[in-house]
Amino acid sequence: MSAIAQPLIFWLLLGGGLNASFNPPGVPEGTSYIEYFYPGIITLALLFTTIFATISIVQDRREGFLQGVLVAPVSRSVVVLGQSLGGTTLALFQGALLLFLAPMVGVPLNPFSVFSTLGVMLTLSFGLTNLGLIIAWRMDSTQGFHAIMNLILIPIWLLSGAFFPVSGVPLLLEWTMKLNPLTYGIAALRRCLYFNASTISQEIPQLTLSLLVTGLFCVVTYLGAALTAHRRPNAA
Amino acid sequence: MFPVKVENLSYAYGTRRALADVTFSISQGEVFGFLGPNGSGKTTLFKILSTLIPADPAAVNILGHQLGSGLQSIRQYLGVVFQHPSLDQKLTVTENLRHHGHLYALRGNTLKQRIQETLDQFELTDRADERVETLSGGLQRRVELAKATLHRPKLLLLDEPSTGLDPGARRSFRTYLADLQETTVVLTTHILGDAEACDRVGILNEGKLTAVGTPDELKRQVSGDIVIVDSPVPEQLAPKIDQQFGYGVALIEGTLRIECHNGHEFVRDVVAAFPSEIQSVRFAKPTLEDVFIKLTGRHFAEDKVNENSEVLKSNHI
Repeated sequence: MSAIAQPLIFWLLLGGGLNASFNPPGVPEGTSYIEYFYPGIITLALLFTTIFATISIVQDRREGFLQGVLVAPVSRSVVVLGQSLGGTTLALFQGALLLFLAPMVGVPLNPFSVFSTLGVMLTLSFGLTNLGLIIAWRMDSTQGFHAIMNLILIPIWLLSGAFFPVSGVPLLLEWTMKLNPLTYGIAALRRCLYFNASTISQEIPQLTLSLLVTGLFCVVTYLGAALTAHRRPNAA
Repeated sequence: MFPVKVENLSYAYGTRRALADVTFSISQGEVFGFLGPNGSGKTTLFKILSTLIPADPAAVNILGHQLGSGLQSIRQYLGVVFQHPSLDQKLTVTENLRHHGHLYALRGNTLKQRIQETLDQFELTDRADERVETLSGGLQRRVELAKATLHRPKLLLLDEPSTGLDPGARRSFRTYLADLQETTVVLTTHILGDAEACDRVGILNEGKLTAVGTPDELKRQVSGDIVIVDSPVPEQLAPKIDQQFGYGVALIEGTLRIECHNGHEFVRDVVAAFPSEIQSVRFAKPTLEDVFIKLTGRHFAEDKVNENSEVLKSNHI
């Protein structure tokens, strides 16, 4: 529940507060900040859900359900796949709930945009869960996980075009954002949400590139998570 | 063939040595207990045997396979009960068992049948559809054991199996151990009663396997009786007893332990000889704890656990 409540609060407070001063280059005329922020909020809900889903394995691996799984004749990569799909399912459910709000912020939905958006959410959730797993499998304490979340995961989200567009930021930030895989995830989400609609910025990455990078993100993070689980049999 | 054969196994966490040159083998169908206080290395040994932490593959042979290459073949026939609960609290007993079966590639009717048999065997049939979180601690432990045996393991590993059980549940657990015929069981424990129920016991202390034998064999290492003397001045009294009676006196944490042949006579004589320096005298037949003290020169556990106080503690949780 809190995984979706916090993004919603962010959305209402920041969206409402920054609405008046929001007028950056590269965003179509007449786009309110509430609307601009919407795909970012979906992504934040996905991120939170997947993180909450993976954080539990830190403890679970030493004194919970996962112990029994780890001594079973099942390879680590399959265990990790199960964990990813579990996290993805939860996140997709949360994302779909948020999709109901699209008409309220002026995002025109049609059947195609709904299905393609759900597809992007699925891919993105899978990648984000894997990212969480890479961290969780290395961690010995949930406290450490919170630190990583604030230091790495939230900045990744902040610098993905979720919060402000790439155009018009200092060069260093611009490059960080361009190298951030989540930028392409958000772009894919935007392009699918506004499928066929003309009111979309041309400054964000193209759909094909965005989908490609997001797909690659999934594969790389999955391999990373499987490898991590394989190398860290169990913390002592 | 030995189901478990360990030769010259050492293990360290960084620079801290947890196991030093441990060698033992366990026969088919045997119930083998590792007895040792906290920090003796028994949990590390348990984790190595249950394939949770990697160790030198050449040193460990389980069910005919080496630890490294034979990992999956070992896991197939391994049943493990952890010290901490490993059940999903939100699922029912049957659901937990079904999930466990899937992990061991059991499906369909075979799985259904196995679950029913296991539920019957552990007298859990009338609780089958209750959520684990609603069961008492003792029942949950029973479900853990049921889960670990669902796939008919050849080797059952139990980490502190009776911790947190009430005396009744402890007794029925020991009966269950005694009834196992085919399965080889390896357990770790710091509870002396558990160790007494084993066919053979290995005593672990500071990472070293100090002695291995049946409980009776081990107890024979302590000759005769044990007399425990409490005194307000133990340091002064120890040499006096030694001088007068010629028995070795061990001073351990403020109490004197004397190993002697005619305990009942010694009790009478020692009280007569030093009436003002003795608070109380206890007389006991040697237990595994005395064996441990004789072998290591220290008390079995700093956080000495009495079976009854353990039960009280578990009732509070």
